[in-house]
Amino acid sequence: MIKKFFHQFASPKSYFAVANKFCKPVLAFFFLLYIGALVWGLFFTPPDAVQGDSYRIIYMHVPASFMAQILFVVMAITSAVFLIWKLKLAAYVSKSIAPIGAIVTFFALFSGSIWGIPTWGTWWQWDARITSTLILFIMYLGLISLHASFENKDKADKFFSVLVLIGVVNIPIIKKSVDWWSTLHQSASITLTSKPAIDPVMLYPLMFSIVTFIGLIFGLVILSSQNEILRREKYKSWVKNI
Amino acid sequence: MKKDRKKRLFGVLLIIASSCLGIGLILYALNSNLDYFLTPSELKQSNENVVLSSNTRVKLGGMVKKDSFFINENKVKFEVTDFEDSIKVIYEGLLPDLFQEGKGIVVLGKYIDGVFYADEVFAKHDENYMPPNLELN
Repeated sequence: MIKKFFHQFASPKSYFAVANKFCKPVLAFFFLLYIGALVWGLFFTPPDAVQGDSYRIIYMHVPASFMAQILFVVMAITSAVFLIWKLKLAAYVSKSIAPIGAIVTFFALFSGSIWGIPTWGTWWQWDARITSTLILFIMYLGLISLHASFENKDKADKFFSVLVLIGVVNIPIIKKSVDWWSTLHQSASITLTSKPAIDPVMLYPLMFSIVTFIGLIFGLVILSSQNEILRREKYKSWVKNI
Repeated sequence: MKKDRKKRLFGVLLIIASSCLGIGLILYALNSNLDYFLTPSELKQSNENVVLSSNTRVKLGGMVKKDSFFINENKVKFEVTDFEDSIKVIYEGLLPDLFQEGKGIVVLGKYIDGVFYADEVFAKHDENYMPPNLELN
């Protein structure tokens, strides 16, 4: 029964139908919640003892940096599913993640630079964390242009997926860069193993902003994958009937 | 699992493993070259091993030693320490807002005869975030 359900949902047609029903309300819901998280973080939390008000960019920088990495991992999983089970839907989702990942990564770099000027005294340094994140951004751009450069989209999916699997090794490097090498970027404030180095009064809105941003971005991924399905299956009868 | 799927799963794992191995070897070879800065003891050691030419620009990082900071005319002097060794730094220019004794710092410049002549100073923020009134506790 599970197998049947999986097969049914994994067909672009039924995925589209389900996504079409729930995607937009869910997207609007998380969008409003994320705005709420920003309002909470910007207006209803105290300033930081050392950085003053400039620390507040954490409510955008941390969710963006987190999602920049999570999206690549998700893309690696869907790419592996596509390569192993030849599931077209997985390739469509992979492909629609790349531009969103690129924007989110750019935003992580950009917000980090803005924060770096008053805090470090510089907006860019070639330390391991910043450089590996820049590589992530370039990889997203490379994936987008690789897919676009193929006339044969089935072939494009295959090469795209292989490149994602090669590139996913960068994710643990980004994560551990602040521990393996000396960097200008500080080490993680929230870890699984020890007490957070952020005071609860700032931690709760941060957690809330991360969770709502995850919802918002996955909503966008689903919306974008719907478009990809329509684009790729435009000659199928069920698409023509929409 | 069907035979051809098993084969493809093996292919996927092989791609990931070889990518990890390749990148891992590169990182292993580069190792300390990927460090953003040297600590005072590392800088002193590398200066003994290979005498740094006085023109080499290096980055020195650590904590600003407590009670080592003073201003002389328009020059700033302080010591950078890693709690094992410390190096005197001379700097002329604006300090970042977060510069503070006992806090993290990275200086860029030249290391000549045991004194570090910095031409750029960056503050390194730590992972702690707290509201101002809690700092007193």
